[in-house]
Amino acid sequence: MSWDDIQPLLVQACQDTLFMVGWSALIAVLGGLPLGVLLVLTDRGGLVQNATVNKGIGVIVNIGRSVPFIILMVALIPFTRFVVGTSIGAEAAIVPLAVGAIPFFARLVETSVREVDGGLVEAVQAMGGSTWTVVRKVLLPESLPSLVSGLTTTVVALIGYSAMAGAVGAGGLGSLAVTYGYMRFDTGVMLITLAVLVAVVSAVQLIGDLAVRALAGRSRSQTI
Amino acid sequence: MITTTGLRKVYHSRGRETAALDGVDLHVREGEVYGVLGRSGAGKSTLIRCVNMLERPTSGTVEVDGQDLTALAGRGRRSRAELRAARSRIGMVFQHFNLLSSRTVQGNVELPLEILGVTGQERARKARELLDLVGLTDKAKAYPAQLSGGQKQRVGIARALAGDPKVLLSDEATSALDPETTRSILQLLRDLGRHLGLTVLLITHEMDVVKAVCDSAALMKAGRIVESGTVTELLATPGSELAQELFPVGGEPSGEGRTVVDLTFHGEAATEPVISRLSRTYNVEVSILGAAIETFGGRQVGRMRIELPGRFEENVVPIGFLREQGPQVDVADVAADARKELVK
Repeated sequence: MSWDDIQPLLVQACQDTLFMVGWSALIAVLGGLPLGVLLVLTDRGGLVQNATVNKGIGVIVNIGRSVPFIILMVALIPFTRFVVGTSIGAEAAIVPLAVGAIPFFARLVETSVREVDGGLVEAVQAMGGSTWTVVRKVLLPESLPSLVSGLTTTVVALIGYSAMAGAVGAGGLGSLAVTYGYMRFDTGVMLITLAVLVAVVSAVQLIGDLAVRALAGRSRSQTI
Repeated sequence: MITTTGLRKVYHSRGRETAALDGVDLHVREGEVYGVLGRSGAGKSTLIRCVNMLERPTSGTVEVDGQDLTALAGRGRRSRAELRAARSRIGMVFQHFNLLSSRTVQGNVELPLEILGVTGQERARKARELLDLVGLTDKAKAYPAQLSGGQKQRVGIARALAGDPKVLLSDEATSALDPETTRSILQLLRDLGRHLGLTVLLITHEMDVVKAVCDSAALMKAGRIVESGTVTELLATPGSELAQELFPVGGEPSGEGRTVVDLTFHGEAATEPVISRLSRTYNVEVSILGAAIETFGGRQVGRMRIELPGRFEENVVPIGFLREQGPQVDVADVAADARKELVK
């Protein structure tokens, strides 16, 4: 295949990948952030200690994390059809991607939030702050650099997962590499696709790292 | 202003019960600086955290400014809201400052005001006023990581004062600071206390802190208060452990068969020539083993350890004479002190 043939495919694949990853990452944040925070709050010695809720969320998160993505995707087909009306295409791929990424991100959120100094929580409680105030004014802002770092990891993982979404006809870079590069033995397409994937992942990582550095800078630097 | 009655806090761990507080009765009067002194593990930290219910006492009551906080320990929505309101009227300063690293100095001072629902402009005005008060006007835009320990604690104090509290709790506020900074922070606490009419309850393991700022003090051991009172009262209490530590006079007796006497002079008595009178009247040789003068709360107090030849039985009359002359007289049981030292 000549470059002229590949180029439109590549552009389309890039768009599909970014579409799938973007939406599923957004949903993962919306779902994983509260779950991760709840895991910390309901844990023993937490602000709203509740063993039942904690165990419940823990079990769901563990199940979500242990099912291989390709199986999750197939198993979720009925649910996907219910949510987006179809089980084929990029939109349909968002559902399993998001469902897989929520528990993944939730665990990362849990780790980040747990690292916030308990003394800060106590200080805000002593000021008369409620649990919600503690979450909003202490836990989230103080763990923000770490949360952003976790989001970067999640997005990179999603880019990897999205390659498998080709199995439900979702398109994207991974699917391009498989259908053109692997099935048609076109090494050129394979290499170009891989190069683009590496570039995308590197770009995501770089942006994430820069954001983390900018956020953490203020709390580390010793000079004004 | 702060009253605790029969306060107990029991921790359960691995089937064992440990009483961190074992019936603590504390009374802090309005406007005074009250120091609770004790070694680590004595329960003083639990005590101060019970005052604003960061720890729920197992039994007993805590009253702050006439309000029974233990009654608000319920789980109901209403009592929780009331407890939060009560807490916002009690400022707290921490050993490790506990400033949010993601906020500027001004942002940290504004935090309690945000919780109280004060509007943006008013918050900024108040925060600047408080930073002015603690001498950090030029650091408003800095982040805590850019400050020294003493500056961080000043921010902590400004933050604690943001809600116009009547009561300030200080949990080892100077323990992470060097002696020089400790002095300046203590001075700030005392000045602010007087200036704003605050009641300050501070806990510390450093005697110097009590000496520098406290009107009253209590000594805690194994979850109980073993001694308490105003500093002047304590110094006047014979055999007071706090007085001895607040104001030690040392000096070993020069030999067996001698009587060691500790004299404490308050105010007027400090200027009387007691020793020379004693020496002339009874024709005894008095050796001075140690002496010191200090100022507590603006009053001069002198202490002296003297030695008289002969056993106590032989010195009953001169000691009686000393008592008449005004100073407080304690016959030191040096042997017992030595035993105590060995036990320590």
